[in-house]
Amino acid sequence: MTELLALEVVWFGVALSDLWFVVVFGFLAVFLFLDGWDFGVGAIFALREDHHEREQCLAAIGPFWDGNEVWLVVFGGGLFAAFPSVYAALFSRHYLLLFGVLATLILRGMAPEFFEQRESEGWQRWWGRAFVVGSVGAPFLLGVFTGNWLLGVEGVAPASLVVGLAVVALNVAAGAAFLRLKTTGALADEMPGYGVRATAVYLALVVVALVLLALRPGLREALLSPVAIALVVGSVLLGVVYVVAARAGRPYLALGASGGMTGALVALVAVLMYPVVEPMTGLTVEEAIIGAPAVELLTIGAAILIPLVLTYFGVLYSAFSGPIDVEESY
Amino acid sequence: MVDPATASRLQFAVTTIVHIIFPVMSMGLAPFLVYFTWKEIRTGSALYERLRRFWTKIFAVSFAVGTVTGLVLEFEFGTNFAAFSAAAGELFGGPLAVEGMMAFFLEATFLGVFVFGRERVGDRLYFVSALMVGLGTWLSAVWILVANSWMQTPRGFEVARESGQLTILLTDPIAAYANPRFPWMFVHMQNAAVLSVALFMAGVAAYHVYRRHHLGVVDEGNLDAEFWEATLKIALVVLVVTAPLQVLHGDAYGRHVAETQPQKFAAMEAVWETDSYVPEYIVAFPTSVDDLLNPRAKDIFGIGIPGGASWLASGGDAQAEITGLNEFEGSPPVAIVFWSFRAMVAMGFWFMLLAFWAGYRWWTGELFEDRLLQKALMASSVLGFLGVELGWIVTEVGRQPWVIQGVMKTTEGVSPGLTATEATLTLAGFVGGYLVLLSLYTYVVGRLVRRGPEGGDDELPDADRPTTPTAAGASEDD
Repeated sequence: MTELLALEVVWFGVALSDLWFVVVFGFLAVFLFLDGWDFGVGAIFALREDHHEREQCLAAIGPFWDGNEVWLVVFGGGLFAAFPSVYAALFSRHYLLLFGVLATLILRGMAPEFFEQRESEGWQRWWGRAFVVGSVGAPFLLGVFTGNWLLGVEGVAPASLVVGLAVVALNVAAGAAFLRLKTTGALADEMPGYGVRATAVYLALVVVALVLLALRPGLREALLSPVAIALVVGSVLLGVVYVVAARAGRPYLALGASGGMTGALVALVAVLMYPVVEPMTGLTVEEAIIGAPAVELLTIGAAILIPLVLTYFGVLYSAFSGPIDVEESY
Repeated sequence: MVDPATASRLQFAVTTIVHIIFPVMSMGLAPFLVYFTWKEIRTGSALYERLRRFWTKIFAVSFAVGTVTGLVLEFEFGTNFAAFSAAAGELFGGPLAVEGMMAFFLEATFLGVFVFGRERVGDRLYFVSALMVGLGTWLSAVWILVANSWMQTPRGFEVARESGQLTILLTDPIAAYANPRFPWMFVHMQNAAVLSVALFMAGVAAYHVYRRHHLGVVDEGNLDAEFWEATLKIALVVLVVTAPLQVLHGDAYGRHVAETQPQKFAAMEAVWETDSYVPEYIVAFPTSVDDLLNPRAKDIFGIGIPGGASWLASGGDAQAEITGLNEFEGSPPVAIVFWSFRAMVAMGFWFMLLAFWAGYRWWTGELFEDRLLQKALMASSVLGFLGVELGWIVTEVGRQPWVIQGVMKTTEGVSPGLTATEATLTLAGFVGGYLVLLSLYTYVVGRLVRRGPEGGDDELPDADRPTTPTAAGASEDD
């Protein structure tokens, strides 16, 4: 039985344990980017008092956020399926933090749907608040979770708090670029300004986070590896691209740059960790991956399904290209 | 403080009991929405357009709540049942991951097109999106039930123990995932979902038909009369088909349980001593008041069908032997399983009776005249959901003390590091939070249902909705 566990499955020169390490972090990155702009829209919602503009914010993410949020479900499911011991250890160790994530996601998930149900001012004020708390709280707590995962700690580490704030700032940058694309009028016009400020805050927070991470002996060496340095430099360059693109009125490029920054952030976390997948115990990907037949089956399943999923997203986003009217539904 | 194991089990119970309502609503509504969309596109009929719009609203609200409550369940395997997740992840995590990739994405992305895209996409893509949403909701159930059926009747695995740590390894995927329990669970669950929604629709339509035909509440332009009468008829057609089916395959499913999970079957029938010619008790009460809380009370006053339970277990042999609970290690809380099973079966027969009654009235042309029938339909509108809950209680409570039948006890699956404080805190949070969530959902759906569809008179603000001033009950339309 133990041979089954120890057997390393390699397909086309790639160990499936490494592949699933990349896939799981890939799911997390896609989630933090796609649902990230929905969260960003929620944060910007808080800054806009005008009723029509708030409806524009909700209409902009209306058709998309359900699908975007599923990337979190497949991140959890992928981690559970490929590295069950890591899933179990991480999730039980961050017990209250994850219930915080769930609570904020419940607020964010219900708010857009319930907001529209009644034209009453009080009702909409409360659902507006729930939307904001959910949209800011969920990425913050997920950022803290990711930071804790990397540091191998429980409770609250200062570096993790900074990562949480950085994710929120990054989401606001993505949300601003997204709203610039999906809305019209004063709201759209003011978005580049929001995005530029959020990007500046994000880069500043990344610097603080790096300093705090470098204080940890194990991570200091990892931070000096060429890949890690390339990712940090890449983030700064993408930040510059965002600012230039936003000012030049090129929202697609700005959105792409924020996506690049999200990818770089998650990749940095993964690179600093690898080949360990659970820093608290030092468990490596090779030790944590499930047995041979199960991982092969899972890989075949994912290889068939992920291209299909991308097709669905293609259909969805092309059906709703261009600005979205607040009246659109049903 | 509640101990971590008990708190985790209660919390999981609360979160599943609340969550199941929303997928049942989506799975049951999906075929109706596909049908309405198809008719709307084929006939261009305003009626079907309104039917689609109205029920899509309820679908969308249910889906939003279903998504977030489902995410809670996924997380809880890791947070509260880490030992189970670590041990069985190799077999159990796969179906969950595939559910996300295969079913949930399909449903969530095409729901965006279906809810928001009527004006943006062509008829063909719009119909495809309705189909894909429906397919997604049903495939979701497939993968969840693949995972669950494996826990009920596990196969295709080997157990390894390394330094006391239990690990379950997949050895035969076909045996594990093409589980003999799966088809019974799937058929019984999907039919239950469609049946529950048909009952809900019939109840809602009966409410409006009753108000119109017996209280004289008339809406402008007669549009709503057409809408609700059509809804009632569509719901009844589905009810007439699904209600008898539910009883038929429920009976066969029970036999499968008797064969593969004798302990659960013994709990469903409260059989303690192995015996043949076991009666099927319709009701059972201890004759002494002191024994009320004792599930093993000997002096029972019961009304039973002689040999009934034996007959059910074996598929027709009243003399068949049933293994008693005393022969097993540990037992589930028998009273919960026994009564949930009875109440579910009673509801199944009531739904069948209701279907035949309504079918007969329709045939005699008195469907809209029968006051009592309409009241019965209104009173039964949410009973389908209650039946589903009871069925799941029988399934899940009935397999205790096992989380994986015969392999791992539920108490062994709880997260080792979990403290009583943490577990009690989140349990309290869920009980409170989910009560609020359920009330809000009930309020919003209730409001949608009372206001009825848009069209004709929907431009008027609430207070000005036209109703005849003389009609009793007219003012309750908020």
